Amino acid sequence: MKKILLVVKREYITRVRKRSFIVMTLLTPILFAGLIGGLLWVAMANKVEEKVIAVIDDSGLFKDKFQNTDGIHFIYLEESIETAKSKFSHLGPDGLLYIPKLDIQNPKGIQLFSETNPHFGVINKIESTLEAEIERIKMVQLGVDQQMLQSIETNISLNTLSLTSAGEKASNATATFGTAYVSSLLIYFFLFLYGVQVMKGVMEEKNSKVIEVIISSIKPFQLMMGKIVGIAAVGLTQFLLWVILSFAVINAGLLMFGLDKDHAALISETAGIGNKASEFTQANSEIMELMGTIPITSVLITFIIYFLGGYFLYASLFALVGSAVDSDADSQQFMIPITIPLIISIVALQFVLLDPDGQIAFWMSMIPLTSPVIMLGRVPFGVPFWQLALSISLLIGGFIFTTWVAGRIYRVGILTHGSKVSYRTLTKWFFQNY
Amino acid sequence: MYLLETQNINKSYADHQALTNISLQIPKQSIFGLLGPNGAGKTTLIRIITSILQADSGTILLNGEKLQRNHTQSIGYLPEERGLYKKMRVGEQLLYLARLKGLDRSLAIDRIKHWLQKLEMLDWRGKNIEDLSKGMQQKIQFIATVLHEPQLVILDEPFSGFDPINVNIIKDEILNLRDKGATVIFSTHIMDSVEKLCDHIALLYKSKKILDGKKKDIKQQYRTNRFEIDHVGPLKGLGGIYKIMESRSLDENRFHSIVQIPEDHNPNQLLKELIIQTEIHKFAEIIPSMNEIFISKVSEQS
Repeated sequence: MKKILLVVKREYITRVRKRSFIVMTLLTPILFAGLIGGLLWVAMANKVEEKVIAVIDDSGLFKDKFQNTDGIHFIYLEESIETAKSKFSHLGPDGLLYIPKLDIQNPKGIQLFSETNPHFGVINKIESTLEAEIERIKMVQLGVDQQMLQSIETNISLNTLSLTSAGEKASNATATFGTAYVSSLLIYFFLFLYGVQVMKGVMEEKNSKVIEVIISSIKPFQLMMGKIVGIAAVGLTQFLLWVILSFAVINAGLLMFGLDKDHAALISETAGIGNKASEFTQANSEIMELMGTIPITSVLITFIIYFLGGYFLYASLFALVGSAVDSDADSQQFMIPITIPLIISIVALQFVLLDPDGQIAFWMSMIPLTSPVIMLGRVPFGVPFWQLALSISLLIGGFIFTTWVAGRIYRVGILTHGSKVSYRTLTKWFFQNY
Repeated sequence: MYLLETQNINKSYADHQALTNISLQIPKQSIFGLLGPNGAGKTTLIRIITSILQADSGTILLNGEKLQRNHTQSIGYLPEERGLYKKMRVGEQLLYLARLKGLDRSLAIDRIKHWLQKLEMLDWRGKNIEDLSKGMQQKIQFIATVLHEPQLVILDEPFSGFDPINVNIIKDEILNLRDKGATVIFSTHIMDSVEKLCDHIALLYKSKKILDGKKKDIKQQYRTNRFEIDHVGPLKGLGGIYKIMESRSLDENRFHSIVQIPEDHNPNQLLKELIIQTEIHKFAEIIPSMNEIFISKVSEQS
């Protein structure tokens, strides 16, 4: 045991000290934050592009009824529709809304002219304004008085909540979807990245011939486990540093605008419209709110469990491959069967995210080879405890099995050089006494 | 007292028998030569002794105790295939290997310093292995082998790849180790290279032991009773019991002759007869090399 720890320590320290590790660990959160920032900025740039709509109101019913909003500015024209149409392109507005004389009971013939297809938001705004105004006029005609009308007015905004045994939590479909997608991708990426590191490490020991000295001191299985655990520790370190640094970078980004969440809301209320910085912080605070709706702790914990479980499963298979081959080129043929379940998981993820409680999602989150990626895609949507427990038990059973198989092949493989290895050779090694 | 005994060791791989009933006794504080051509089974035997492989049957006793995993701490092993972690620093690497052998950290550090100083490599302690020359890497590997002061040092093809200067340094160190109480096993297919160092010898051939014992006794057993003589003036013939096997001229009047004498016969008699006839410049018994013994033993068997 003490000797395994020595191996773990060596694997950990030599890797964490590498320049590539330090650079990767520091740069990734910055890149990540930069990416989010960039996306936000692009989204905002889209939002502030204002549409100007010219209104010709021949009915005279909608004077001053069209209120300017963030994205739409209305101007009223006092000219005939023909003149307006003829000089439309010179005029500059993005749309020309024509309201003819209307029969209130059957309002027809309202037209919107524009060069390009009008924005969905614009149509929505115009339609709802028209509807509301016509409804109001009708009610007045029916004898409903103004005051009564105002008291009837109600505004509903639906809060979506997810109900679990732990109580209800605010949920947001987009945030959940995003978390599921990102954590699945991340675990896929981690399994690959660190699995391959294990393989390279084994090949390094085999090819540099240092292996024989080491296994004259400790058992091959101890060496293999030490290496796998050491690299797992490297992976966890990197992951935790990423989490911490990402939060730090996001908070630093907020501070750069001199604002925190609460101030942001306050300022965007008082500063009014058109202030980009406040819009930015408003968007930021929206993101912070969204993040608050994601079950971050449980996602983090399941991420770590499935990272470790999946990693042990795959790392031992990668170690097996590393021990069997002499060169990178030879490793390809054995890598394929290992990577296929991972790739299938990623492909299936899209279906799983659309139907996180479906048959595909359930079974793939139980099979140990696919469960790490798939289960991480399900967790943000909420997974029954028994399913999690079963899946994790199966995963643990899975990695015990693969490490056992890998260990048997590994001890023969690491000492075998120069021979062309096939699946038959691997089977032979597996059954060989040593 | 034997430090290491192997009793009827058998080992087979999928397609061939690697060791057949190998029994050896390796005395304490001796230098033991495990000789044989490539593929004879030497490395397999060594790997079994170092617990890297397990024998199919047979027992190994170290100091009279059945060999166990933790005995690897009393064994130092320099494999034929040399290698260290390329990207690791010399000092760290030695420390790691020593601690894997169960050596305490501070003791290991002291000994590393001592050995690096001894082999004049202290300045290289912080360098990566890949920055060292081949010869220096081999010295480091040798240090790694003996750092934990093992009772049994096993060196597989120790001098292959070493440059002549290092060979001498390592030879001296090996003799030092022996004098301090260690037992050394040499394994090599270049039999002449270690012949002079060994006290005991075992010959392996096609998975079997074909000869073993004290080097002195073996040499005695394979005496040819032939003498080589360099002399001035030709031999005119010797008494009936002596047979001139060969006589050729070296230059002008100098000759090189080989004479066979009967077993248990004193060479002084021959010398007396020669002195009458010629001027003798060299008179020596022809002692067969290990290689010659090996070849005659193999041809004897087939």
